[in-house]
Amino acid sequence: MPSNTPIFSAKNIVRTFGSGKKLVKAVDDVSFDIADGEIVSIVGGSGCGKSVLAKIMLGLYKPSAGEFLYEGHEIVDQKDHWNEVQCVFQDPFSCFNQFFTIRSQLEAAFKIKKDKLTKEEISDRVDAGLLAVNVAPKDIEGKYPFELSGGQMQRMLLARIFALRPKVLIADEPTSMVDACVRANILDYLMKLKEELSMTIVFVTHDIGLSYYVSDRLFIMHDGKIVDSGKPDDVILKPTSPITVQLLDDIPEIHKDWIKR
Amino acid sequence: MSNPVFEVENLSLHYLTRFGQKIHAVTDVSFQMKQGEILGIAGESGCGKSTLVNGLMGLFIPPLHPTSGDVRVGGESLMNRTPEDVRENVLSRKVSMIPQGAFNALNPTRKVKDIAADVIAAHEHGTSRAASYERLAERFALIFGKDATKILNSYPIQLTAGERQRSVIGISTLLNPQMVIADEPTSALDVSTQKVVIRMIFDLLDKGIFNSMIFITHELPLLRHVADNIAIMYAGEFVEKGTAEQIVFSPKHPYTKALMGAMLSAEPGQKDRKPTAIEGAPPSLAKTIEGCRFAARCPVAKPECTQKKQDIRMFADRLVRCDYAE
Amino acid sequence: MKMFMNLLKSPMFVFGAGLFLLTVAVALLGPVFYNVTLDRVGSQYAEPSWQYWLGTDDLGRDYVSLLILGLRSSLYVGFLAGVIATTVGTLLGIYGGFKGGIIDDLLNMVTNLFIVIPSFVVLILISASFKDGRSLTLIGLIIGCTTWTWSARAVRAQAAAIKSRDHISLARINGDGTLAILVKHILPYLLSYVFMVFILQIASGILSESAISMIGLGPLDTQSLGIILNQAKNNGALGDGVWWAFVPSTVMITVIVFALYLINTSMEGVFNPRLRD
Repeated sequence: MPSNTPIFSAKNIVRTFGSGKKLVKAVDDVSFDIADGEIVSIVGGSGCGKSVLAKIMLGLYKPSAGEFLYEGHEIVDQKDHWNEVQCVFQDPFSCFNQFFTIRSQLEAAFKIKKDKLTKEEISDRVDAGLLAVNVAPKDIEGKYPFELSGGQMQRMLLARIFALRPKVLIADEPTSMVDACVRANILDYLMKLKEELSMTIVFVTHDIGLSYYVSDRLFIMHDGKIVDSGKPDDVILKPTSPITVQLLDDIPEIHKDWIKR
Repeated sequence: MSNPVFEVENLSLHYLTRFGQKIHAVTDVSFQMKQGEILGIAGESGCGKSTLVNGLMGLFIPPLHPTSGDVRVGGESLMNRTPEDVRENVLSRKVSMIPQGAFNALNPTRKVKDIAADVIAAHEHGTSRAASYERLAERFALIFGKDATKILNSYPIQLTAGERQRSVIGISTLLNPQMVIADEPTSALDVSTQKVVIRMIFDLLDKGIFNSMIFITHELPLLRHVADNIAIMYAGEFVEKGTAEQIVFSPKHPYTKALMGAMLSAEPGQKDRKPTAIEGAPPSLAKTIEGCRFAARCPVAKPECTQKKQDIRMFADRLVRCDYAE
Repeated sequence: MKMFMNLLKSPMFVFGAGLFLLTVAVALLGPVFYNVTLDRVGSQYAEPSWQYWLGTDDLGRDYVSLLILGLRSSLYVGFLAGVIATTVGTLLGIYGGFKGGIIDDLLNMVTNLFIVIPSFVVLILISASFKDGRSLTLIGLIIGCTTWTWSARAVRAQAAAIKSRDHISLARINGDGTLAILVKHILPYLLSYVFMVFILQIASGILSESAISMIGLGPLDTQSLGIILNQAKNNGALGDGVWWAFVPSTVMITVIVFALYLINTSMEGVFNPRLRD
């Protein structure tokens, strides 16, 4: 049963870095609610503040001003938060420690879980997570991170999420370092997470194409502000903000005119 | 008919590992480019694109070695040269490279103008520093307009990602190379910056700073707008080569079709077309492969495909490496 | 393990390590095969002969014996200084590099302070202030405590680079604490590097001891390669053409340090990730 309390609720949050003349407002007066079971994409160019917003949701940063609530309360204890809110990072190559096997690192992730599982249960959950991303557990048995390709590593990060089954997933640019083929894969897995585990997913990206397929709602971010938001079809087909129009115009699409020589 | 500016003949390259094993990263690549042509090369990561770049410059630094074949710029072969000779006589003037990571390409302790002046000094002995700066100011004014002086006097760290990449392109094309090879020049940038950088490349082409370019990327939609012709690379081989329109709108090789099918786009009416990923992984290049390299992942593979080597041939006005293309 | 096998494929490493192990073997096993004695065995500055291969010193003592003992001291000082400098430097460097902030600034300040004060001058001052109690161990301690800054600086830079890898953030989100992250997720990446630093610290320890002993501020309780040089200098052996008083000892120091540098350079080739396969 999805509850009525929003998963995330932001009221006029601001996050600044530095001080005095060098003060930078990375997130500038942003308000939104994200409901249980929703997939929301936050789209914007580099430096628009989307990654900072993701880190606030993960509890890695605190907002400088405004109110940010997770399920109706402030994030006090990071470990409590990570029990329920997990993430996938951008660079699959740097996400694993090359001195331990992949399997041992997937199993180590269960340390954060409040409900303590037995060794067998953890092992079963990891197997299930691997199968969910179409990897036979025996294929990575005894393998180290450097033995896999970038696309396979990105799958391992998603396997970790399938195994942990957090309530909320923050995906911070999971597609920016992988090529077109792997992107279609990631799309499949994000949909599967939503359908099978009814996970709430916040998808931070500059890849408006992928967010168009995957999300229930889209936020377009620019200069720390959310400039456009709504259903993907509305935002993309009937953009209201000039920023969105510009962003859509900048993407090279095969059927549309782009810059010409 | 004018002579081709760039010719590649049956080029094969391999890596020699520490254990004496040969990894055949590029196999039997051939193509010719006319003056003014832009050729796009696309493929998954690990398909040999980046290795090919080094081969195309004649730059062989162990463990990379040429197996066979020839690369010619304006009729002159680039093979069998020492890396020093290539750096001195080929790079920057004949063939120039635009790398992906602009941040690694610029020495962080030097100003942009000094990095650029060093390039001039390395190739044109005896050019005075003042003369170099003057030339730089002129060239950067083409690229950056009134910001040129500011950019030239900055350290790389003070620039935005887009300015850095444009500076790198400005430096790479400083000596008006006959051929430019751009290795994923915009992959690390966001879409808006990408557009600015591509516009700048077009600008340099229009002004005749350079004429011919090889553009390497995994973004087929981008290539559709940038390239005249596109070659699709898989497991070290070209599997299809045709005009940009042919490749993007009517692909013939099963792999090209699969690549197009995996594409996501935010265009109206595209949402119903569900993108499908290509399952499986490319074959290991450490062993010799008997049949078609794509057979194991090919949705229309016939039993004999794993045995029978496929040759690249003309089919529907373009080159295709598949006997069953339709 | 695989890395070690790769090391063995490098001729430079095999040669360097072989040379170094040879000097260690001479130092440790010398007394077993050779009659090492500090007694007077001949006249002052007897020339090398079949009986005394490298002649005798001003007190008529056998130079081979002196060299074996001196070699032992030099290696001991090198190891001691190397262990101290590497351990202190690594601990401070890794912590500062990872933590950042005020702690890092503080560590940095201390490191910089030590770097601007030439450690050799400090070494001379401290050695000179210990008039009688200057033992070999004390010299080793002093060298270690004045040279750790170099390792701290090197390790800090590496740790700071690894800190920005996502696996560190992921480890935090997996619930690992600071200590676990330092030990499990940062140290393994630095181990090969720390080992290289250690090798260089041994070499610099040996050189420092020789230098300080040569100017007469060395340990008073033992022989060392530097002390042999000091005696040769004091007795004017250099001007009198008594080459066996200083050449063997100089060669010995050069060989050890050369071997260590070879090991270090060859390891760089193997450990450098760009050259790794």
